[in-house]
Amino acid sequence: MNSPGETAPQAAEKLRLTDLTVTFESEGKQVPVLDGISLTVAPGEFVCILGPSGCGKSTLLNVVGGFLRPTAGKVEIDGREVTGPDPRRIFVFQERGVFPWLTAEENIGFGLDGLPREERRERVRRYVELVGLQGFERAFPHELSGGMKQRVEVARALAMNPDMLYLDEPFGALDSITRMTLRRELLRIWEAERQTILFVTHDIEESVQLADRVVVLSQRPARIRRVVEVAIPHPRDLSSRQYLDLRDSILAEIGLAHQV
Amino acid sequence: MRAPKDRGAVLLPLLTAVVLLGLWQIAVVLTHTKVFPPPWAVARALGELARKGVLLSYIGDSLFRVASGYLLALAMGIPLGLAMGWYAGVALAMNPVVQVLRPISPLAWIPVSIVLFGVSNLATIFLIFLAAICPIVVATMNGVRSVPRMYLQAGRNFGLRPAAVLARVVLPAALPQILVGLRIALGISWLVVVAAEMIAVDSGLGYLIIDSRNAGKRYDLVLAAIFLIGVIGLALDLLTRRIERMPRVRWGFRTD
Repeated sequence: MNSPGETAPQAAEKLRLTDLTVTFESEGKQVPVLDGISLTVAPGEFVCILGPSGCGKSTLLNVVGGFLRPTAGKVEIDGREVTGPDPRRIFVFQERGVFPWLTAEENIGFGLDGLPREERRERVRRYVELVGLQGFERAFPHELSGGMKQRVEVARALAMNPDMLYLDEPFGALDSITRMTLRRELLRIWEAERQTILFVTHDIEESVQLADRVVVLSQRPARIRRVVEVAIPHPRDLSSRQYLDLRDSILAEIGLAHQV
Repeated sequence: MRAPKDRGAVLLPLLTAVVLLGLWQIAVVLTHTKVFPPPWAVARALGELARKGVLLSYIGDSLFRVASGYLLALAMGIPLGLAMGWYAGVALAMNPVVQVLRPISPLAWIPVSIVLFGVSNLATIFLIFLAAICPIVVATMNGVRSVPRMYLQAGRNFGLRPAAVLARVVLPAALPQILVGLRIALGISWLVVVAAEMIAVDSGLGYLIIDSRNAGKRYDLVLAAIFLIGVIGLALDLLTRRIERMPRVRWGFRTD
């Protein structure tokens, strides 16, 4: 389909956002939410989108995921414009996206209808193991803790073998200990499977702990204020000078002195 | 550990029943009434109905009518409610009809159903259908409309076509609310069948009440029929509550 000359320069580019603009209409008024967002993301890169609550970062993720058409600009993945959701790129919500009428393993196998039964069972088993849910395969979500539900949802996404994951404040509703554990597990899984990850958060620490690059958004309408490279290898030492400097520079960027 | 509570759960209602029966007996004795039967006469009447062989056949007739009308309402009401909840156009077209029918007592339709179907099973089935369909449609529609956006988005994300989203996401997500509608509809159906049988047919528990009164003022039989209606109504309700505790819908009911 593509000549070799065409594919070569795209190898280092998974996602390209060009001048993305979204305007909502509210009570007859045009409310700008995203204002000219341009960004490229490399294959296998872990990018955090950081911004204050209500700034439009979830809207950005919804547009990238194909659930919302931009007012202007475009989203391209592998050089093709995104026109709708796609099972190769899975959206992970806070644990509320888990289907409460299905057991953990039925949730994880939800998108695998096309597979032969044996293969499906094998895949489910593998991801149950990967997220550490052994023994809870037959449990319903209301019998699980918030952290375990989040694991179910991550496993459900991973079982599709997606090449991209979109995570919308996935750990926001969890207690801080569970949140730390799941961050570590997400990194472990990402290092094994190397999906391209877009991770939306309002937590500065979280973004610096996880991402290769942190995209700092402004207040609504969201623009990109700055893109911060986090060139610290994993596992990251959270008390290292480098980590603290990066974290503080983002705090300063957002205009918060590092004092309470 | 749980034994005292279990014992209380059996003994306390039993105690209430004994007290009420006692008060009833005392009231009958004190008032020297000739028409209102004492409790034991009602028990004897139940025995008489059983011996004559009408007890089970009347119960069966009433249940058959309820089941037919109710299942018909279910078979039409759930698809209609799904369509109204899912497609704005269908809701716009159909909602006024449903909302106008809803406040009408099903009993108001008795003359109409007799004109249409004569004095027959069909007349009562039609009435029960009318009684049951509105709560089912409304509950299903509201259930579909309140499915969290996230579930729909996840369904689409996993590559489901619209029909599959409806079957695999919308329906199970709305099911608890649909079941609430089904339970209400069953309760109403049981209320309506008694009234309908008083007028439109010559069998069933409702007919038993009106016939016992007309043919010889047999109030012991009247009360026996009333007692049976209560017990069967309770059993139907317990049955639907049991369905609500099944694992795939229990999440929608805050019982545990």
